[in-house]
Amino acid sequence: MIIQQIISGLALGCVYGLIAIGFVLIFKTTAVINFAQGEIMMLGAFVAFTLITIFNVPFVLAFLLTPIICGGIGILLERVLIRPLVGEPVVSIIIVTIGMSITLRAFAGMIWSYDTLAFPLLFSEETIRISSFVIAPVDISIILVTLGLVILLFLFFKFTTLGISLQSLAQNPLASLLMGVSVKQGYSMTWAISAMVGAVAGMIIAPITFLSVNMGFLGLKAFPAAVIGGFNSIPGALVGGVIIGISENLAGIYLPPWVKDIFAYIVMMAVLMIRPEGIFGTHEQKKV
Amino acid sequence: MPISGRVMPLLEVNNIETYYDSFIEAIRGISIEVKEGQIVTVLGSNGAGKTTLLRTISRVLNDDQPEKGTIEFMGKRIERTDPEKIVRLGISHVPEGRQLFPRLTVQENLRMGTYIRRKDHDLDSDYARVFGHFPVLKDKKSQRAETLSGGEQQMVAIGRALMSRPKLLLLDEPSLGLSPLIVDEIFRIIKKINEEGTAILLVEQNAHRALNVAAFGYVLENGRIVLSDTTKRLEEQEDVKEFYLGITKDGSIKGYKRYKRKKRWR
Repeated sequence: MIIQQIISGLALGCVYGLIAIGFVLIFKTTAVINFAQGEIMMLGAFVAFTLITIFNVPFVLAFLLTPIICGGIGILLERVLIRPLVGEPVVSIIIVTIGMSITLRAFAGMIWSYDTLAFPLLFSEETIRISSFVIAPVDISIILVTLGLVILLFLFFKFTTLGISLQSLAQNPLASLLMGVSVKQGYSMTWAISAMVGAVAGMIIAPITFLSVNMGFLGLKAFPAAVIGGFNSIPGALVGGVIIGISENLAGIYLPPWVKDIFAYIVMMAVLMIRPEGIFGTHEQKKV
Repeated sequence: MPISGRVMPLLEVNNIETYYDSFIEAIRGISIEVKEGQIVTVLGSNGAGKTTLLRTISRVLNDDQPEKGTIEFMGKRIERTDPEKIVRLGISHVPEGRQLFPRLTVQENLRMGTYIRRKDHDLDSDYARVFGHFPVLKDKKSQRAETLSGGEQQMVAIGRALMSRPKLLLLDEPSLGLSPLIVDEIFRIIKKINEEGTAILLVEQNAHRALNVAAFGYVLENGRIVLSDTTKRLEEQEDVKEFYLGITKDGSIKGYKRYKRKKRWR
């Protein structure tokens, strides 16, 4: 029973982690917290759903196309709503992202209705039984996809000049400009990557949570995951997500039912009391 | 050393006016020239406008600066070019205070210098060249830039700028905050880089070293050029000797002369 809960918590935590990575990517380069990250995840799930059930696109192809489409949406959102505000106070931009999340939810409601829909399953619903405990294949697929994506992101940021240039933009925009990096392009690429990661999160969680316009509220639990991880570290975001996913599930067993939904924030506050900079966070140090 | 007049100007700054941070730092009508293969130095005290001049050339100030005047690089007007395109034209700026990417390794910092050449696969010779100039960096290439000493950081900054294979290097106070021994080494390398064919516009407070290495010099005061000549003749100028090189002819009583001279310039 406990092991099952831990595994399903791990899977859920991976999804929190992916959404949190989206928060972190945008925050690191642009100092903006994108509160529409959960809604972008929701869009990812709906786009994949549309491709599969309406356009009859094969599952694997839909899985590859959806992030590309959502990356485009990310670029569009940045270009139309965020870029005109560059140079304005960060708080204004953050409020725009909140507005963006409400608007996206409304758009999705108009296009796909407010009903809860079932997402087509790639894996059978039957569980695998290993000795005394059972594992859902969906959970395993979520964990594997997340691992693959995080490795891909790591390789991109560590070994490609483009990925390094995005890091450099986050660390020193002036010097990046002197190296010939276009700040505008860097920002829109950051939004694209973050939307792609969000889309993947939406596609892998949809079989569990079903499709609904309100899926984006998962983002509210991904936010404390990002905070726990330090808000500027990609592995930190993933670890934060996993911590929340697992502890939330365990709280569901051992604590009164109402605790489960607020448990993410309880964990966040506990971590911040012990380590205010988050688990993987670093203080910015300036050498004089 | 190229003979003036016969060599085409690489960089020509004509009468530019730049305002920066609500008129505090400003340039009021500066014209300078850097010829191919030349080292030109701009001397001046703090706040004279030296850094603003370099930032005007590399276009990293506000978009609407310079307010007036023209900048030509290899015969092309660049005073309204996008900042990220300047390095593509062949101007590489080593900014004041090094401005490295602190959490990238030395190697990654250098790699960022090749950003505009990222489709170019022949980068080994460029790394070899930088490590040849600065052998210390080779052993530390996997270390984060923030862990290096000030001198090593300056070496990374210069190396990073070289990776784009510039025709003109803008150097902003490379000696700032470094020990005399390290300064010696940095200036030796500056000379060597120039001998390999890169023109250099060198902004310095350390007048002695700058005049030593450059062929031509300008003296900047309050955003204006007050003197310009070959460095040989500048070194013999009484004013330069007194205010920048610290050499005084047996000073008159009460330092009266010093006060008067300074007054004339401000």
